[in-house]
Formats: sequence, structure tokens, C-alpha cells
Amino acid sequence: MMHRPILLGGILLAVLGSLCPFLWFVLTSFKSQIQVEAIPPTWWPDGSLVFYASALFEHRLLHYVRNSVTVAGSATVIALIAATPAAYALARLRLPGKTWILGGLLCVAMFPPIVIAGPVWQILERLGGLNTHWGLVLPYVSLTLPLAVWILTTFFHELPIELEEAARIDGCTTWQALYKIMLPLAAPGLFTAAILTFIYAWNEFFFALLILTDPERQTLPVGIALFQGEFIMPWGEIAAASVIATLPLIILVLLFQRGIINGLSAGAVKK
Amino acid sequence: MTKSTKEHTTDWLMVFPALTFVAVFSLYPAMDSFVLSLYSDFPGPERSFVGFGHYAELLQDPVAHQAFIVTLGFVLFSTALELLMGTGIALVVHERFRGRGWVRAAVLIPWAIPTVVASQMWRFLLNDQYGAINAILFGDRINAYVPWLADPWTAFGAIVLADVWKTSSFTGLLVLAGLQVIPEETYDAARVDGATAWQRFRHITLPLLKPALLTALLFRTIDAFRVFDLVFVITQGGPGDATQVIQFYGYKTLFTEGRVGYGTTISVTVFVAMAILSLFYVRTVGSKLLQRKPA
Repeated sequence: MMHRPILLGGILLAVLGSLCPFLWFVLTSFKSQIQVEAIPPTWWPDGSLVFYASALFEHRLLHYVRNSVTVAGSATVIALIAATPAAYALARLRLPGKTWILGGLLCVAMFPPIVIAGPVWQILERLGGLNTHWGLVLPYVSLTLPLAVWILTTFFHELPIELEEAARIDGCTTWQALYKIMLPLAAPGLFTAAILTFIYAWNEFFFALLILTDPERQTLPVGIALFQGEFIMPWGEIAAASVIATLPLIILVLLFQRGIINGLSAGAVKK
Repeated sequence: MTKSTKEHTTDWLMVFPALTFVAVFSLYPAMDSFVLSLYSDFPGPERSFVGFGHYAELLQDPVAHQAFIVTLGFVLFSTALELLMGTGIALVVHERFRGRGWVRAAVLIPWAIPTVVASQMWRFLLNDQYGAINAILFGDRINAYVPWLADPWTAFGAIVLADVWKTSSFTGLLVLAGLQVIPEETYDAARVDGATAWQRFRHITLPLLKPALLTALLFRTIDAFRVFDLVFVITQGGPGDATQVIQFYGYKTLFTEGRVGYGTTISVTVFVAMAILSLFYVRTVGSKLLQRKPA
């Protein structure tokens, strides 16, 4: 299709452009303080781990990691529990107005966060959810549900309907048909939806900043954004913390690249 | 065969939890924002109905005007560049070659990196003393080093650059999905007729890609309107108000100053502006798509 040299150039440009900026941050995280402050900058690090030690122990990074795992993990589980039956019903059952529901969900997913931020904050204040993890999980579930429902609906659509009809003839109820027949078959879709929900919740910053003001409870993005040194910008520590916050995501992308690509384009193309 | 009432109840029970979540934490808050924007700023007994008073104030507010212009500029520049880069990425990773999976994964990495991390990264790359960008451009000539984030124009450019780096691969994915549904035979036929690579791209790929490009344009426009993390971390809206996007201004008004009425007025206006621009795209670009069936 494309000329070989052009293709090769394109590949090189895409890969280097995508990776080099972050690689420099990775290199920075292994430098020493003297190297970070060198002008002009030194490229190769000493391989020192001082910034990791300082980020982990002085800045208590593990705290933030644990908070992020709790919040992103619970949001993913709850979003999937709510999204799965909804997607099944929207893909398979004769609900009146289901195209409206799907369209409405897509619209809701487009709301700018600032539009809902004020009232969400007030609701959480009344419920006592400010500065708690569950108070952040609730809006995360609501914000990730539309995408999860869309991905799962497209997945359920593609499964052969005969299997399910057979199950219904054998006397399965709607719930049994979903959990015994469809769910195992839709496992790849569930997995994709779970990964995308998790990445969203792991990376989200705006609501986390509003809802969690107590450093004890803050998630990684808030911790990294508000990273303060005593006298100077602690670039080395920020780089180390960034690498730690990003590592799980890079592993997810390397392992599940195909599923992620399919899931992201599910809502957009296969209507 | 008609369904029993019991089965109908089950059907609705299945959608109920999801719809409740969305209704309580997205739909109701959006409507409540509009209601709140019609009342005076501070909650409590003195709270009074002011109608569209805050909207009139917004029309007179030069800071808000500036924020709208900055946001619009950001939306236009970043989406245009992302469509361009995204199409390039899509064309490359659509080709068949060994190790394509690895290249796709590599390209996806900026998308997966938390925006806050990407922001800190670019802030450091563009640092006036320790940044790699200055080192690459000027090497040892330290006196030539540019304080990128201190100048209004380059600071704005930095926000756009960071967004383009982070999101071009997402645009690329949407375009890739469009490429994958173009049948291979179309190209074979064109090749038999002696079309060059550029002609094939110009007259087959591009027209057939338009729906995917429109989708990507819409998604990116809507998302670019909500830019917040990049600005919060890289510039805090500065220097001056040069990079203060509307979501950041709304955040400051609503949560730093606690002006509920005026803050929600700003947020409702963002919402309306975004909806109008999206509708405009769908109406103009979308209807052209429907009229001009690609050959």
C-alpha cells in the first residue's frame, strides 16, 4: 500500500514522538539532584534511586497509590455491575424507547464536568460524602457508566441470538439467560469495559481535586499535581511518582492493546 | 407472543440501577446548575432569585470573554492538529507489517498516561533552565534558553502541544476504525486503473473516511471544551490570564471564590456553547456528508 520508506519513516516518527517525551521523564527519575539541576541538562542518569526513595517515604506515595487503587477498583466493579444488565436489556430486550436511552447516555457522557460539579458537591455534602472515597466513587460510576454501557451493548449485539433463544426455550429466566449464557460469552467485552473504566478512574483529576481535600485520602493525580517541595520544585520526585503512577497503565496497554482499541471505537463507529 | 408483566418488570429492573446513577449524579446536577444560576451567589437566608442577572453580568465580564476566546482557540487549534496527526497515525498503523501490535501499543501510551502526569512532564520539558526542549534547541548556549511558560503565546502553545501529544492517538483510533471498514477491493480496482498512491488516498480513502473524521472531530471538540488538568498543572491559567480556559475560570469562581450563582452561570454557558458548536458541526459537515455520496 504505502511506499516502504514512507511507512518506515511514519512508524519511526509515531513511535519516537509518542515515547521520547515520557522516556525523558523516566530518565529524570533515575538521576541525582545534581544531575536534575544541571544546565544544560545531562541526558544519561546515574541510575540513582534517591528520588524513588524520597517519593515513597518522604512524600508517602504509597498512600496515594492505595487510595487510587481503592477508588478506581471500586468504581470499576460498581460501574460494571450496573452496566452489564442495562447493556443486556438495551441490546436484547424490547424496551420501549431504548434508542433514546442509548442516545441520552451518549449525551450525558459529553457534559463538561464543571456543569455538574457544583450540584454534585452539594449532594455529597448533604450525604456526608465529601472527603471520602465513596463520595468520589459515586460520581465516577455515573461518569463511566455511559461508555461501559455502550461497549457492552455492542458486544451483546454481536453474540448469536440463537444460543439465548435455546436457553429461553429450556426455561431460563431473563436473568439466568444473562448470567449463564451471555456473560461468559461476553467476557472479552466485560474485560475491555473494565480496563477503560479503571483507566478513567485512575487518571481522573477534576472531581478528585474537588472532593478530596484531605491529603490522607487523595488519589495519585491530585498528589502529583499538588506535589510541593520545601524550597524548589522537586522535579526528580515528581518524575519518580509519575513513573509509578503510569506503570500499571503501560502494562495494561501492552497486554490489552487490541481490546482497548476495539472498545474505544465501539461507541463511535458501530452504531 | 406477548410478554408477561413480570418479564417487563425484569427488563426495567435491569436498566434501573444504571439509569438511577446517571440521573442522580449527571442529569439532575446539570439541571440543578441551571436553577442555581438563577439565584444570588451565596447560599443561606439571603439567597434570592435574580433571574438572568448573572448572565447579564457574564456579558459584561472581560475575564470571562477572554476565557471564552482562549478556550475556543484551544479547541480549534488542538482539534485541527489532532485530526491531522491522528490521520497520519491511523494510516501508519493500518498498514500490515511485522511488530504492528507493538507500534499500536507504543502509540497508545500517551493516551493512557494520566493527564496530570503528562502535564507535569511537559512543564518540565519546557522548563526554562532544566528543560530538554531548550537543551535540544540551543544546547550549550544557555543565554538563548527561552522561558516558554512565561510568554502568553508560547504558554498557550504549550497547552496545545501537550494536548496534541496526549490525544492524537485517540483520534487515530477513531480514524483507524473508519479505515478498517473500507473494502480492500476498492483500492484494487483503482490500482488496475493506474491510480497513484496519492490519488487513491485523495479520491478513495479521504471521501470514505469522512464519517470517521466527523466523529473524531465531534469527540475531540467536546473533550477539548473541558480542558482543565493541563491548565491547572502547566500554567495555572497564566501568565496573566493568557491560558485561563473557561473550565478553569468556572472552577475558580465556583470553588475558590464560592460564588455559586455566577459559577454555575459560567458552567451552563460552557455547556450551551459546546452544544451549539457540536450541532453546527453535525448540521454543516454532517449534512454535506449525506448529500455528497462518495463515488
